[in-house]
Amino acid sequence: MKKLLTGNEAVALGAYEAGINYAAAYPGTPSTEILENIAPYKKEIIAEWAPNEKVALESAIGASVVGARSLAAMKHVGVNVAADPFFTYGYTGVNGGLVLVSADDPGCHSSQNEQDNRLYAKFAKVAMVEPSDSQECKDMVKAAVEISEKFDTLVLFRMTTRICHGKSLVSLGKREEVDMKAYEKNPQKYAAVPANARKLRVVLEDRLKKLDKFSNETDLNYFEWNDKKIGIISSGVAYQYAKDVFGDTVSYLKLGFTHPLPMEKIKKFAKEVETLYVIEELEPYIEEQIRAAGIECIGKDKIPNIGELNPDIITKALLGEERETVDYDKNIAVNRPPTLCAGCPHRGFFYELSKRKDIIVNGDIGCYGLGVAPPLSTVDTIICMGASISMAHGAQKVLNRNKEDRKVVSVIGDSTFFHTGVNSLIDTVYNRSNTVNVIMDNRITGMTGHQENPGTGYTLQGMPAKDIDIPALCKAIGVEHVRTINPLNLGESKEALNWALDLDEPSVIITRWPCALKRLSNEDKEEFGNYKGLCKVDEEICIGCRMCIKTGCPALHFNKETKKVTIDKTQCVGCEVCLQVCPTNAISKVGE
Amino acid sequence: MAEVKSLLLVGVGGQGTILASKVLCAGLVEAGYDVKMSEVHGMAQRGGSVTTQVRFGEKVYSPIIGKGQADILVSFEAMEAIRWLEFLNPKGKAVVNKYEIPSAPILMGNADYPVGVVEKVKEKVDTSVLDAGKIAEGLGNTKTMNIVLLGALVKAMDLTDIDWEKAIRENVKEKFIDINIKAFNEGMKAVS
Repeated sequence: MKKLLTGNEAVALGAYEAGINYAAAYPGTPSTEILENIAPYKKEIIAEWAPNEKVALESAIGASVVGARSLAAMKHVGVNVAADPFFTYGYTGVNGGLVLVSADDPGCHSSQNEQDNRLYAKFAKVAMVEPSDSQECKDMVKAAVEISEKFDTLVLFRMTTRICHGKSLVSLGKREEVDMKAYEKNPQKYAAVPANARKLRVVLEDRLKKLDKFSNETDLNYFEWNDKKIGIISSGVAYQYAKDVFGDTVSYLKLGFTHPLPMEKIKKFAKEVETLYVIEELEPYIEEQIRAAGIECIGKDKIPNIGELNPDIITKALLGEERETVDYDKNIAVNRPPTLCAGCPHRGFFYELSKRKDIIVNGDIGCYGLGVAPPLSTVDTIICMGASISMAHGAQKVLNRNKEDRKVVSVIGDSTFFHTGVNSLIDTVYNRSNTVNVIMDNRITGMTGHQENPGTGYTLQGMPAKDIDIPALCKAIGVEHVRTINPLNLGESKEALNWALDLDEPSVIITRWPCALKRLSNEDKEEFGNYKGLCKVDEEICIGCRMCIKTGCPALHFNKETKKVTIDKTQCVGCEVCLQVCPTNAISKVGE
Repeated sequence: MAEVKSLLLVGVGGQGTILASKVLCAGLVEAGYDVKMSEVHGMAQRGGSVTTQVRFGEKVYSPIIGKGQADILVSFEAMEAIRWLEFLNPKGKAVVNKYEIPSAPILMGNADYPVGVVEKVKEKVDTSVLDAGKIAEGLGNTKTMNIVLLGALVKAMDLTDIDWEKAIRENVKEKFIDINIKAFNEGMKAVS
């Protein structure tokens, strides 16, 4: 039986069939659905959201060391967070097989950069597989676990957005139940003190030689012989694009096992074909190694290394052909940027924050990143998970030394605070800063599509969990000024900002209100109520001043002809931010 | 590989393009085609412009298409048709929903919703225009607009031989099955 699955669903199915016992992840587009789809296998797989990617990988390593087949999944930038254990577990090798899934995002669909994580496999000297469709996603989890156990190596499982979120047909199989391997105390292998690390370093090179031989033998790297005038070496989704463009008119060396590269196979292929193309997305990872081996090829001199590829880009780059398109003025379409949703609890607080002129606002990764966009235009910087609080700290310290009055404010979400923000807050307190730190606690991990986190009271698999008391945590760190407010109440938000900006010590404002799209838990309903009703504009009273429009709510529409504002009742959730902003009281709540 | 067909569904986050394409793919798989589908999740879903690409045929390689390659462009929202028109093969068909959703710059009064977008598409390519919002409202549930448009797509692409009722039954919540089957049929009727 075949089923149409996304790559992420197929990896989850592969994990089930390959006898994975333990899986952990931190959500991040495009990787999030992997763990969500593993979660239903409650009997067979322990599946958990970790507070960050480093913790996810370390937990998986722990499970692997005691003999369980384990998997950790994360987006490409998550691997940066997990890089520390990743490199050293590359040295020690595994007990139960360990697969690290890296979901890269060429084109930055939902990311702050488009780093090519294939380079990590070479850097850390571990094995790597690259699926090119959903069937391979499923099959390669099994292959990766087996390679991991056979060669005593962590395996990097590299996906990209189109593989993760693209659907294709997959044949279903059965779970292979594998007993956990026995654990034997072996500090020479698992305790990387310098004396052991130096020995493991030698073992690592020896392992790479074995993997090199395997790479040249495995069916994961295979030839497709057709006409030999042109030969194409490719991997991942780029292989599908190449097949789309050239079909069966050229020969292929399709690579599924891409670290170490099968140089013997590559040499053989290069000898047989007249012209060699290397078609790969992002960096010239394959090409550079081929060139270093003295083989001529055409690659990044013609194919861009920026952004996603598609069949058209390859056609244009290699064949100089372009498809005919409709000739028209595309510019008449007005931009449609993403916005904070109607009723988003971040809006009220951002609105008040946007009125403060002499401050710097360090933002973070999450929906509240949309605070960068007009009309709120509040957030100055976004770098990486957890950076808001630490950047604010560094900025404030040097501004203070320079005797500048400017205050620095950080804004960070609840899940991102647990991810790495908490470490930054420790720094702020320890090094005696006086920043204002806003934890926007919307009771869920929002941007990635509502995953539970250590603050929500539930686990990935729906079990009740301890929910972290954020005010108590901040106080325990040493923050003496902590306030929790309702961010939809503008007066409360304004007052809290006045209070915090005047302090000479670090403060934390927790804006606690659930995401407008959240399916409320019983605890949420008890705390926040089942709020009802919509906001409505009395057009007789509305003077068309557009103050409410400055909140950026997508339910509000300023009609240029009537010079009045209307509220879309299908979008409005009755959050009342616009109502508080209106200077003529033209907006009222109805249907409560 | 001329036999591979490429469909492009475009709209605004929250309009139900994902469910429509799910039903579409289920029908195509059941009919024995190789199918690939691609969509983008994450940030764009927050009220942004969204696209789903579906390709089917005997054997499909690339899950995504380039400019000028779609055999049909189904636009769930009027202005989105213009935004994505360059992906349509000039000999292909467009199915455009008259429904307008103003984007943030328009809501703020910084830009105007473009006038006559549907006519502009019609001038350039073979276009079927329907008011799926009105049809769905007539059925008593505006959220079925996506399945109305699916019906229009099926008719325009001449895929009527497939058992779409089954695909709807297997992919839509039970209490919404009947209304969605009605919506699908109304969508088919709306395209000549």
